[in-house]
Amino acid sequence: MLRFFHQLGSPKHFYRIAGRWIPWLAVLCVLLMLYGLYQGMVVAPTDYQQGDSYRIMFIHVPSAWMSLFVYMVMAGAGAVGLIWHMKLAEVIAISSAPIGASFTFLALITGAIWGKPMWGAWWVWDARLTAELILLFLYLGVMALYSAIEDKRTAARAIAILAIVGVVNIPIIHYSVEWWNTLHQGPTVTKFDAPSIDLRMLIPLLIMAVAFKLFYLLVVLMRARVEVLERERNAQWVNELVNKS
Amino acid sequence: MSCLEARDLGCIRDDRSLFEGLSFRLGPGQVLLLEGRNGSGKTSLLRILCGMRQPDGGALEWNGEDIFDLGPDYHAHIAYVGHRDGVKHDLTARENLTVARGLGAPNTAVDIEDALDQVELWGFDDVPARNLSAGQQRRLALARLLVTRADLWILDEPFTSLDSHGIGIVESLFANHVAAGGMLAVTSHHCVSLNDNDIIRINLSP
Amino acid sequence: MNTPSLYRAFSLLLWRDLLLAYRRRTEMINPLLFFVLVTALFPLGIGANPELLRTIAPGIIWVAALLAAILSLDSVFRSDFDDGSLEQFLISAQPLSVLVLAKVIAHWLITGLPLLIVAPLLGLLLDLPGPSIVTLMLTLLLGTPVLSMIGAIGVALTVGLRRGGVILSLLVLPLYIPVLIFAANAVETSGAGLPITAHLSLLSALLVLSVSLTPLATAAALKISLG
Repeated sequence: MLRFFHQLGSPKHFYRIAGRWIPWLAVLCVLLMLYGLYQGMVVAPTDYQQGDSYRIMFIHVPSAWMSLFVYMVMAGAGAVGLIWHMKLAEVIAISSAPIGASFTFLALITGAIWGKPMWGAWWVWDARLTAELILLFLYLGVMALYSAIEDKRTAARAIAILAIVGVVNIPIIHYSVEWWNTLHQGPTVTKFDAPSIDLRMLIPLLIMAVAFKLFYLLVVLMRARVEVLERERNAQWVNELVNKS
Repeated sequence: MSCLEARDLGCIRDDRSLFEGLSFRLGPGQVLLLEGRNGSGKTSLLRILCGMRQPDGGALEWNGEDIFDLGPDYHAHIAYVGHRDGVKHDLTARENLTVARGLGAPNTAVDIEDALDQVELWGFDDVPARNLSAGQQRRLALARLLVTRADLWILDEPFTSLDSHGIGIVESLFANHVAAGGMLAVTSHHCVSLNDNDIIRINLSP
Repeated sequence: MNTPSLYRAFSLLLWRDLLLAYRRRTEMINPLLFFVLVTALFPLGIGANPELLRTIAPGIIWVAALLAAILSLDSVFRSDFDDGSLEQFLISAQPLSVLVLAKVIAHWLITGLPLLIVAPLLGLLLDLPGPSIVTLMLTLLLGTPVLSMIGAIGVALTVGLRRGGVILSLLVLPLYIPVLIFAANAVETSGAGLPITAHLSLLSALLVLSVSLTPLATAAALKISLG
């Protein structure tokens, strides 16, 4: 068992092992997502306050959860890479950044779509959406810094520092934006929570949350394999692989 | 007895392995002379010896302890003059050396006037470094070696910008340092004239 | 390495940077001019309605302060990087985080503190009431050091890059937002005659957090950038 983890840390074995998992993950993820969407869009009852427009929440809420979760993973992987000089951790960190940014972007878009019928405008400076917007910039900063540094090992370590600094700042930013929002928006309650935690609404939400996690795992493994090939391109096993195909 | 030991050092830059499996022991009175073509990794190796750059393999130990664990405690024993002088143009020669001394382990036996005398910059104490010639600025940078109590001097092309007289001054500084039990790690295109017996030569060209 | 030499290295570096700034003292004016100019742009862009300006003045002045801070950030490590002094800090017998703290404090004294002196002028331009101007200066006193310290991390990450200045703003501005929110709102709240103890406590907390944590992050970032 320990040997398995030790092997997983080596880029060469990771490439092979991840390659085997990906098809299964893809199938599982698609099935779960279809089931979750079916439950959410068709089976779950109409909300007495918001009608059917609330259903976008089944995409919006898991996206928002994932946007934060992926940032934590990115910062954690970055820290592991920094402390233990583990190349694979560095690869996971940078592979996660565009995925997290996409989830954040999806949360923003679906948030705007959800908000339009309620507020009449595509964007009002709601606390959660504003915090998501700032999170998007944190992700874009990581991606920009990585691409600006030529030596990829240095780049990976630099974004690890940036991600850790970001992680420390995220609670502060969230708190300050919530605080700002209560001062300026008055007592309007944001409807971004599940309207009422009806079990028939909660279950699809949780299914979608798991499906999104699987999606993240699937895509990060795919991206990480590409990044591993890129960083190990002078290694013998990569040359053999390329020559075989 | 102080000793710098390298075991299986490796260095990768731009996905190319510059060197690997490099080992040596540097003791008191010894000189490490790095030779090799431009781009062969001499500067990178010196930066690893300084503790500025992590090696891509192997370990570097000072008196048996890894230099990256020692951190500032290792740095207290070294002094480095690289490609760039590390001299502030807006400060005078004296002010530059005051700062250099405060950043290292100060050598109380040599005061700043002595150091300037030894590199033949007497009278330039209060001249802003900007007004010194390139050779004089280089000598000022090298004066840094004298105001700290460093056992190991690490130098990257120290003779840049120096005329033959300047080279002579610096070579005698090196000779005195080594004779007193100090250590030297140096790259140079110029032929460093030192006692042959105590030189460890490493050629990094493939 | 013992405490007296640590303290001596700290004060030596602080003295060095202040001396260097003094020898180029005409350059200190530039961020101040920028601060005033950006603030003056708003009435020109929005219209000189006095009530409107008075309402948005705290926000305008603080956004201008953020931009002025970003503009002057590069100078904290630029000169030392170019002439090789920064490398010497990395191999100093003193811990790099202490040296970094000295440099950042010097940088704040040179670029941040002067903003406080100019702030009353801007308050007058936008017709801020007297107590608000006092609050403004207080928030600048607490907030601008935080801007310098957080900004230093960004500079350390980008100092070796060719066009690092462009990315620097992207990296640093999101991290500045909490300071902006608490500080601008403090000025606004004091203008309404309400107490601002909560705001000042939050700003002070950010300051304490920055002083203790940012030097470590900045030192780590410098080692990575120069390694």
